[in-house]
Amino acid sequence: MSAEPVLTVRDLRLWYGTPRGSVRAVDGVSLEIGAGQTLGLVGESGSGKSTLGRGILGLLPEGAKSDGEVLYKGRNLVGASHRELRRLRGPELGLIFQEPMTRLDPLMRIEDQFRETLEQHESKLTDAEIRRRSLDTLGRMGIPPTRFRQYPHEFSGGMRQRIMIALALVLRPSLLVADEPTTALDVIVEAQILRILADLKENFGTALLLITHNLGIVAEACDHVAVMYAGQIVEEGPARDVFAEPKHPYTRELLRSTISLDTRELHSIPGAPPNLITPPTGCHFHPRCPDIMRVCPAKDPIETRHDGDRRVLCWLHGPESEIPPGGGEPIERERIAVAEEA
Amino acid sequence: MATATVRAQRRTVALRRAFAPIAEARGFARWMLFAGAAITLMFVILAAFAPLLSPYAFDQYQANGHRFAQLARPGHGHILGTTVQSTDVLARIVYGAQTELEVVGLALAFGLAVGVPLGLVSGYFGGILDRGSVFFMDAMFAFPPLLLAIIIAFLLGSSVSSGVLVAAIAITIVYVPQYFRVVRNHVISVREEQYVEAARALGAKPFTILRRYVFFNVVQNVPVIATLNAADAVLTLTALGFIGYGVQPTQGAEWGYDVSRAVTDVASGIWWTGLFPGLAIVLLVSGLTLLGEGLNETINPVLRRRAIRQVDFDAPSFDAGAEFYEA
Amino acid sequence: MSASAETLVSVRGLKTYYSIRGSFLDRLVGRTGAAVRAVDDISLDLRKGEVLGLVGESGSGKTTLGRTILGLVPATSGTVEFEGKDITKLSEHDLRELRRRMQIVFQDPHASLNPAMTIAQAVGHPLQIHGLAQDKEQVRARVAEVLDRVGLSPVEQFMDKYPSDLSGGQKQRAVIARAIILNPVLLVADEPVSMLDMSVRAKILELMLALKRDFDLTYLYVTHDLATAKFFCDRIAIMYLGRIVEIGPSEAIYEDPKHPYTQALLRAIPEPDPRRTIPRDLPRGEVPDAAKPPLGCHFRPRCPRAFEVCGWEARDLKELLERRWAEMGEEGFDAERAAVGPAESLNEPATTAKLHGHGGASGADLAGLLEKARTGDPDDPFWTGVKRIASENGALEVDWFDPVDPRLLPAGPVEVECHLYDEAALAEAAERRGARIP
Repeated sequence: MSAEPVLTVRDLRLWYGTPRGSVRAVDGVSLEIGAGQTLGLVGESGSGKSTLGRGILGLLPEGAKSDGEVLYKGRNLVGASHRELRRLRGPELGLIFQEPMTRLDPLMRIEDQFRETLEQHESKLTDAEIRRRSLDTLGRMGIPPTRFRQYPHEFSGGMRQRIMIALALVLRPSLLVADEPTTALDVIVEAQILRILADLKENFGTALLLITHNLGIVAEACDHVAVMYAGQIVEEGPARDVFAEPKHPYTRELLRSTISLDTRELHSIPGAPPNLITPPTGCHFHPRCPDIMRVCPAKDPIETRHDGDRRVLCWLHGPESEIPPGGGEPIERERIAVAEEA
Repeated sequence: MATATVRAQRRTVALRRAFAPIAEARGFARWMLFAGAAITLMFVILAAFAPLLSPYAFDQYQANGHRFAQLARPGHGHILGTTVQSTDVLARIVYGAQTELEVVGLALAFGLAVGVPLGLVSGYFGGILDRGSVFFMDAMFAFPPLLLAIIIAFLLGSSVSSGVLVAAIAITIVYVPQYFRVVRNHVISVREEQYVEAARALGAKPFTILRRYVFFNVVQNVPVIATLNAADAVLTLTALGFIGYGVQPTQGAEWGYDVSRAVTDVASGIWWTGLFPGLAIVLLVSGLTLLGEGLNETINPVLRRRAIRQVDFDAPSFDAGAEFYEA
Repeated sequence: MSASAETLVSVRGLKTYYSIRGSFLDRLVGRTGAAVRAVDDISLDLRKGEVLGLVGESGSGKTTLGRTILGLVPATSGTVEFEGKDITKLSEHDLRELRRRMQIVFQDPHASLNPAMTIAQAVGHPLQIHGLAQDKEQVRARVAEVLDRVGLSPVEQFMDKYPSDLSGGQKQRAVIARAIILNPVLLVADEPVSMLDMSVRAKILELMLALKRDFDLTYLYVTHDLATAKFFCDRIAIMYLGRIVEIGPSEAIYEDPKHPYTQALLRAIPEPDPRRTIPRDLPRGEVPDAAKPPLGCHFRPRCPRAFEVCGWEARDLKELLERRWAEMGEEGFDAERAAVGPAESLNEPATTAKLHGHGGASGADLAGLLEKARTGDPDDPFWTGVKRIASENGALEVDWFDPVDPRLLPAGPVEVECHLYDEAALAEAAERRGARIP
């Protein structure tokens, strides 16, 4: 990773309270995103990836607490006031959701949504400048200017998502968090939108955190990938390397169980993701791991670095010095009933 | 027998599930629910055990051959005093609770028995039947409720001898449109649920679908409106009594009637004949309202708030330990 | 699968239209709204024991087709023969009888289970509906058997749970159990795994394949996901806007997709292979409104290989102009937009359009504008369909060739509905090429 990263997350914990105890949705996560870089954050539902994305922007549910550091251009956002976060959201930190209709005001013309967004953060703009910037951004997203004065309901799903992206980009944020931006879309439209996101760095130099459950999207649209399991990043590195040679057993098994056009036989990971109130001891993946060793349930794994820019959270990759004698012996995985599979 | 215990267990589980939201209620909702339930329960006890709790009968004006004093102040012998007809105010309050709850209970039962099935059928089948019933119910709804109740009480007064029944029917007709509306609108949304289509795909007959798939998912809202309506019904009943169309004085004690009789007393400084029945009305209505609102906040998922355990990062971590190696 | 295999379902000329409610005013004066052609003249055979995939994007009509075959949605016209009976003609009562033989598994397992019923009640209810059990004990015994078969074991742990207590995969297993408890022959699976996590999908698909073997089932697998369909299906029908555009054996379709739409779909799927990147030359736009489908071939406005006969029309010109305007700067747009005006005539499906110049622009100015657009992107297939551009009396007239409706024709091992594979259409196109504007 070159130069100063736009975003550095260090040992971030985001827990939220429930009637049954604290959910450790994000439990000690570190990552970096450089300018113009696309980091794919991939995980299954309940892995904490959405909480992480929102937590970075300071959007947490009531009763949630955060701990650790989220450094945006050197400023720590953990503990920042609501006012400061509100000021940063938009011109600095953009957010795109899965369902654009929830963010577009149905009673406002597209023009007025852009006007409001721009006026809120850049009060000095003239009407002409507002129009020029809005139309320019919309044009790059493929939205014809003839439709500038229409209402959100007059657009198709893909168009709305393009408008959402334009609305986020018109303020030129340095970091964009996209949470499952294409999940509700058809495959061709999904590819169109991913094309737009992949071109962000050339067009806007924006750093992108792309949250998805779809490994295919990460492979095709991201430079780097972080694999999340049970609130932790278990593996991180350049997408090409991670996909070619996954180091963490979870990454490997997840890749094997993904059904793609090349799938010849079905494969699945036994068991289900753990609940995050009382996650398994040691490595959270150990109850489902085919490579389980004695040390895995007993001791929290320690992150190791490989080949310069790859990180893994797994005892298989050391550090040897921390594994107690005999800890490297394989043991039998507990039998998991079919029904426990999610 | 084993199967019987299993079934009983299953029933307990189902019951616990049904009451889980109430057990989980917290804060203001919980307070409302419990205060409302306590007040309502108090009146239920008064009504159920009126002969035991009340010193006298509601129309008793003498004991042991001695007529009670007229308009006696609260105090010795008559804790809440007596009325101009020498009846005991406390006795009238206690027996009044009986009348109120009887009428409101009957009205609720009738209202639910008519409004809920009609709403179910109308909402599920739609078409002309639905349009007709919606039109009719809306027309009823447009009437001022008290006026409607008076007209019905007046019409029924000559043919039905029981005052309780007359009042109950009058109030039923006022509230049926509400049950109908709530149930019908809810059915219309549930009808579009996928599990209803799934039931159709299984080959279920329309009435089976209504009974097994629609009904249970619709009735959840009914306790809330029924309780809130009950509070409103108490007011309608006492208003009917106040203007003389409710339960006749010979048939039972009724707070609205008592208040109307006390109007003239107030001018001469006699406060107890009006104040106590008035307080009883306010208390019962408040109790039912609190109960209804409390239920609403606990059952309605939109309003519902659960107690959460606060996050504590320093809470002891899990027993990752050396004993694993020993095992 | 041999071609002589017994046919279980035979669909002929099936149309399912939904009438959309018009505006408030329309309803007041008794006008009925337009019809959405969800299924628009489809014929296909489902052979006993096969898995037929209905693949398409949202709005393709795949779900409606599946539901019409089950009689859950009334057909507008055409026939659906199931075991020799035309289900479009059956009464509700007779259909209910037939439901024992055909079942459906929905996309959202949570929504398709009644939240007020326990798993045992939900799975056992079909038996009671059809009077197939003497008493409750018998129902429970049969439910236990089926739950065990779908992997919800130990069954006691699940029988008395409510759907909200189960995970997505477990709920889908329960839904499958409910569907097979009646021993049906046909199962319509409507996106059965698309709501589930990756690591669970394989398990559910495996279960469905095992059940198919054990119970001799025939599947109609409705999905938008070409990857699972490839693995799961014997034959695939690709649907687009109410029509089947390509149908044939899975291997043939995936190895050599014929229809430009199928080709685009296959290229658009994000594959977990970092050597692949997202293609740049994807079909533009989205699935159009099925109430006003494009003339000729429905895929034409988005098709990179469309040509003279595909049915070009006025609305394509509007899209062309809008695309141009989205790309050009604000000044250029303002000037051109002022000249073209609102151009209402470009909103209708018509093969001729008359544009009046606005703001002092003449027909010739508009013709010049079109010429500029053409030189800007001369390879846009739109221009193959333009027969004539003329400026007359201050207005611009544009004529397109008459549309030719594509037909589903055999092409090698598959059938495809595309003029590229229709000799007659190709000949007609060659003739038009001579006649069109240079």
